[in-house]
Amino acid sequence: MIAKLKKHQFLFEELVKRDFKQKYKRTVLGMAWSILSPLLNLMVMSLVFSQFFGTRMEHYTIYLFCGNLVFSYFKESTNGGMNALMSNSSIFTKVNVPKYMFLLSKNVSALINFGLTLMVFFLFAALDRVQFGLHFLALLYPIVCLVVFNVGVGLILSALFVFFRDTSYLYDVFTMLLMYMSAIFYTVDTLPGFLQKLLMCNPVYCYIKYFRIVVLDGNIPSLEYHALCAFYALLFVAIGGFIYKKFNHKFLYYV
Amino acid sequence: MAMIEAKGVSIRYITGDFKDIGLKEYIMRRLQGRYQVNEFWADRNVSFSLEPGDMMGIIGSNGAGKSTLLKAVSGIMVPTEGSMEINGSIAALLELGSGFDGELTVRENTYLRGAMLGYTRAFMDEKYQEIIQFAELENFQDRPFKHLSSGMKSRLAFSIACLVSPDILILDEVLSVGDGAFRKKSGRKMKQILNSGVTGILVSHSISQVREMCNKILWLDHGKQIAFTDEVTLYCDAYEEFLTTQKLPQNRQEIEQMAADWKARQKAEKERAARTEAQRLQEILEKGEQESAVQAALAILQKRRPDLLKQE
Repeated sequence: MIAKLKKHQFLFEELVKRDFKQKYKRTVLGMAWSILSPLLNLMVMSLVFSQFFGTRMEHYTIYLFCGNLVFSYFKESTNGGMNALMSNSSIFTKVNVPKYMFLLSKNVSALINFGLTLMVFFLFAALDRVQFGLHFLALLYPIVCLVVFNVGVGLILSALFVFFRDTSYLYDVFTMLLMYMSAIFYTVDTLPGFLQKLLMCNPVYCYIKYFRIVVLDGNIPSLEYHALCAFYALLFVAIGGFIYKKFNHKFLYYV
Repeated sequence: MAMIEAKGVSIRYITGDFKDIGLKEYIMRRLQGRYQVNEFWADRNVSFSLEPGDMMGIIGSNGAGKSTLLKAVSGIMVPTEGSMEINGSIAALLELGSGFDGELTVRENTYLRGAMLGYTRAFMDEKYQEIIQFAELENFQDRPFKHLSSGMKSRLAFSIACLVSPDILILDEVLSVGDGAFRKKSGRKMKQILNSGVTGILVSHSISQVREMCNKILWLDHGKQIAFTDEVTLYCDAYEEFLTTQKLPQNRQEIEQMAADWKARQKAEKERAARTEAQRLQEILEKGEQESAVQAALAILQKRRPDLLKQE
């Protein structure tokens, strides 16, 4: 696969470029939206939950930002990934190129966005007097897991979407459910024990929690927790890879 | 060693499964017990083999399975049955105009398409100017692709595609691009590529093109292989006869008969054309003022056939 990627490196670069340009075509602010839109999102949420619902908590904005940061990357990357095959169908029905290429390129442009937002996140953390330290390097681990996890989910979704166009509607509802299940704006301490355990079945929540443990508590999670993060990522990428392998030559009958 | 070896290649499409008819219809049909998927064989048991330097023309009317077969050769599809063995790198130029992105500029699209065809960035950097010049789009480089006319689009597509130097070249209706001047230019370019000893497959609705360029013929009809042969002239004649009569040949004898019929038809056509030409000229002369028309006729006779005048 590495050799194949090397061979198609030029195509990959051009696809990433195209996806990035497509995203901001005809916007006045262009790439600035990568930073602006999560910020505005954060502002609204922080206003609603701290002013109207009166959530009182130290570093609440950062707590919220952790959730938002991870979840919006997950959402953008998987939504883009879902369309990766369909929107490029006119290409792969004419030219013989590896199909996961389209998915990866969408993921890269989402990852770039995530990187930009992450910068802003660190800026906010500094302003909020969060203790910085070497343990922040541990954040690389959930990020890598998240990238792999998103690719896996993208593989599954894009394949499903080719066979069932209903997927996009179902997935909309599903992401909303997942958002409420990810404890983005509420704290889990008040929930009963079994619900707290249930939340751990949500991979996105796991990654969010990892961020919070590092940034807010200044700790590094346990070894088991690392294993769980990797397990989710590998599981989904394995399922997605299997589907692609199996249906690689069937996709074009359905686009 | 054969460059391409196709043995009993069949390709099947399935229509009418529940994706096509929708969930409601699917349940209804299941309940009534009349649910069934339809098979559609785009190609059935097609076999051929090409040696290095061969140029094969695929002929057949619409829906004969030509494009599907090309997709199998280029590796986009895998045959449902049979085997397809390829030795060498392939460049497939299928339906050139599609696959561009309307929002990107001409320059960006050129690079993207180059990348899709498997060129390297260094190669594209080097050839970019040449491509734009050949497509005659120097003044449009930074315009969005969607602003181009459809002729310009296919000109660009052709110019990028014709840079290829693969072992095997697949051409699907790419030779009829652009206006008259560009068509001549592209025809020359294509011949230059074909003469470089590349192995090729050509699909074209222009029989004269096939006659001129190909040394092998694959005749398909509704997915079935009618013939794979190197007797290009004979089979092209027979095919043209088939286009007028719509009757498929059953054996060798009928093929020869059809080719002969076609030749006779051609000859008759030519004679009729000559006759109508003579009639037309006579009409012109008769319509003219009596005396000057006769003068003109006499002048022509004197110039061309003075012997006739002397007899009078």
